[in-house]
Amino acid sequence: MASIADFAAAQKPIYHQERPSKTGLLDWLTTVDHKKIGILYGGAGLFWLLVGGLEALLFRIQLAKPDQHIFVGDTFNGLVTMHATTMVFLAVMPMIAGFSNYFVPLMIGARDVAFPRMNAFSWWTFFAGSLTINASLLFCGAFPAAGWTGYAPLTTKDFGGTPIDFWWAGLTLLAVSSMVAGVNFVVTILNLRAPGMTLMRVPVLTWMMLVIQFLLAFSFPPVAVGLILLAFDRTFGTVFYSTGMGGDPHLWQHLFWLFGHPEVYVLILPSMGIVSEILPVFTRRPLFGHHAVIFSGVFIGFVGFGVWGHHMFTAGMGPIADAAFASTTAIVAIPTGVKIFNWLGTLWNSKMTFPTAMLFAVSFIPMFTLGGLSGMMHASPPLDLQQHDTYFVVAHFHYVLVGGALQGLFAGFYFYMPKISGKLLNETLGKIHFWVFLAGFNITFFPMHLLGNHGMPRRIYTYPADAGWNTENLIATSGVFLMTFATLTFVYNLITSLKNGKDAGSDPWDANTLEWMTSSPPPVHNFDFTPVVLSERPLWDHKYTPGFEIPVPEKAEEIHMPSPSWKPMWVSASAGVIIVGLLTFNGIAGIPGWPLCIVGAIGVVLSVYAWVTEPV
Amino acid sequence: MSAHAENLTHDDAHGHDGHGALAENNFLGLPNIKLAMWAFLGSECMFFGSLIGTYFFYHGNSLSGPLPKDVFSIGITSISTFLLLMSSVTMALAVDSMKQQKPSTARNFILATALLGATFVGFQVLEFHEFYTEKHLVFAGPNASLFGSTFYTMTGFHGTHVTVGVIWLVIMSILIQKKKLVPGKEAVNVEVMGLYWHFVDIVWIVIFTFVYLLEFLK
Ligand code: HEM
Ligand SMILES: [Cu+2]
Repeated sequence: MASIADFAAAQKPIYHQERPSKTGLLDWLTTVDHKKIGILYGGAGLFWLLVGGLEALLFRIQLAKPDQHIFVGDTFNGLVTMHATTMVFLAVMPMIAGFSNYFVPLMIGARDVAFPRMNAFSWWTFFAGSLTINASLLFCGAFPAAGWTGYAPLTTKDFGGTPIDFWWAGLTLLAVSSMVAGVNFVVTILNLRAPGMTLMRVPVLTWMMLVIQFLLAFSFPPVAVGLILLAFDRTFGTVFYSTGMGGDPHLWQHLFWLFGHPEVYVLILPSMGIVSEILPVFTRRPLFGHHAVIFSGVFIGFVGFGVWGHHMFTAGMGPIADAAFASTTAIVAIPTGVKIFNWLGTLWNSKMTFPTAMLFAVSFIPMFTLGGLSGMMHASPPLDLQQHDTYFVVAHFHYVLVGGALQGLFAGFYFYMPKISGKLLNETLGKIHFWVFLAGFNITFFPMHLLGNHGMPRRIYTYPADAGWNTENLIATSGVFLMTFATLTFVYNLITSLKNGKDAGSDPWDANTLEWMTSSPPPVHNFDFTPVVLSERPLWDHKYTPGFEIPVPEKAEEIHMPSPSWKPMWVSASAGVIIVGLLTFNGIAGIPGWPLCIVGAIGVVLSVYAWVTEPV
Repeated sequence: MSAHAENLTHDDAHGHDGHGALAENNFLGLPNIKLAMWAFLGSECMFFGSLIGTYFFYHGNSLSGPLPKDVFSIGITSISTFLLLMSSVTMALAVDSMKQQKPSTARNFILATALLGATFVGFQVLEFHEFYTEKHLVFAGPNASLFGSTFYTMTGFHGTHVTVGVIWLVIMSILIQKKKLVPGKEAVNVEVMGLYWHFVDIVWIVIFTFVYLLEFLK
């Protein structure tokens, strides 16, 4: 058996940078290292997860009992809107971006992403967008309140207040960030694979990341167009969404959901990938139906572009469109089922061990399946007419998003943190986190199925005592406290284990893939030598299959690493100036803001020029 | 090397594309920057698809005039369309010259492309001006119509893309002049620019055909 320690004996490479990396805070501002950018994304995601959780806690307190008046009207709507916007765009997506940044290059044996500075640009643009959306609280004293789906004309000047401006501005920045990141990672995964890593040897998690990068690059443009039209309506007075001028409220819905449905796959596929990586490690066998799992993920990605109308069954699209979208939606069940059965096949009759990562990965399966089943129910138009905009739908998407996406990400944290920090997370705290979270999650969201079936609509701030919804609402709110406690335990665990955690070593789980062959945390250049990939499970086969040892080169490699750069931040900042110019276009206190658009545009051109002429 | 090295489907030769600076691995044998441009153009298809889709979604919905037939003048737009098509030819020649190690010829063709592109944008500015002042097709404000909003937005975004292309071409010609962009490995930059340029042209052909010409079919 070739041990992993062989690698430590490899020749240390000579690595070279045009300009040395900076230190301290300046390092974090100018870094182009995918690992540091990954940590920034992940940290931001965790922060916003807590903020989004707090928002949910507040409106669940309001709903705990009938006829309460703690958060009413637009305050309540603002909390709901920002809870969803935050969770989708500022918590789950950046956590995914964190994993994708940190681990994709490591999993494919690369030294960084294809365009490191573009990667930093994505991060800073995301950062600017996250602040912009929330800035409405500072400048208007209120949150945008038109729901995360921002249905126009609800968001036009006639119906939506100034906070909506922050909403479209922030989301537009996030859209730019995601599209750029999508292009960057598509190239990274397709082109920077280590020698020998054919597509079928690409780890499932990286595969799912590839699929979502395509989804990001291709699904954000429609919503970007929708947002631009909205911005034009609000800023210049165009009439895209004015029904009085012939505008049609379906337009936004189409543009939004053409993005929105692929987006939900962006949220779930990475977690499916994480689960597909974790199950084989703790069952000590290869993933059952490895190729089927990959192809079903790709298939889900394709079909994801053809089902958006299932969000619009009640909008009056007509029977033909309804039938078409119902059928395509039903088709999604096939690849999803393929995945579920393959995970079960991996578990079947195996000798499992259950560290926290595995607990989350295993509980992902039934929780996600429950959400998928309720999804199948409202894929049917007649059923959906009953269920649409009731708590039944709320229950559906929380089972897939929390029970699915978030649990998968939690599993990912327990599994991958040791690589990032070099320290294992505490298992006792981890198990408390898991069990309390699982209980709290089901206590909160299961009753919502019943509430929906008993007719309770979404997005109402209170309800009368005799509507028959009292018990379930009280139960649901009590579960939120359990989830809050569990999440805080997790954060405490993360922070304390950085200091007190047990040393992880390079390969704590005896795992399969390349990221575990380098030290924890990995050096700046990731690998001392570029690994040659000989199988689907290169590290496992290196350890246990004679003849499949990863060859260690005799000569040390010469490595060129990219230099730190301010340019990405300049471009993001200039884009931010354009956005501020648009927000204040018609003037604040008599001072017109539109010249800022010109300043910003010139800034973009100049900083891009500086960017392309800067030596890397 | 292990006994199973023949499992490799790709030899160990690392290609460099002179771009990402650390493209140590180059699996597809295709420069990163080119692959990125293709992915970006895919994304752009969705972008223009949504804009053009919006135009057609709203076609005939305008409650106030003027209507497309009242404003379009196919003659003039044909001329600007022709100029833009010609710019694709000069662009292709620029790419070719760069590949043939003739940077100064390439630069001249790049400048010609930029000039043609700028002329197209000039035509568009004149067209917008005429539509607005003489034919009262209004983009925004109290007199705006749905046709005005959708038309100006869609064609305006296309014009913006051409403008960005022109700026890019000018920057590129400066870089070639300063010998910061030289033939050889870096010729791919001109090629990638070309991909963008041809794409923007194709989008215009789609708009010209479906938005302008089809209007007069009936
Ligand atoms: C298993 C396949 C799935 C099917 C068949 C499905 C089906 C549906 C349908 C028909 C709706 C519209 C319900 C209505 O508004 O009346 C819906 C809503 C939703 N689904 Fe799914 N879904 C599936 C998986 C997922 C996944 C994996 C996610 C996210 C991770 C997700 C997230 C959502 C969200 C967020 C909404 C609500 C959007 C809103 O109105 O705010 N779904 N789903
Ligand atoms: Cu959907």
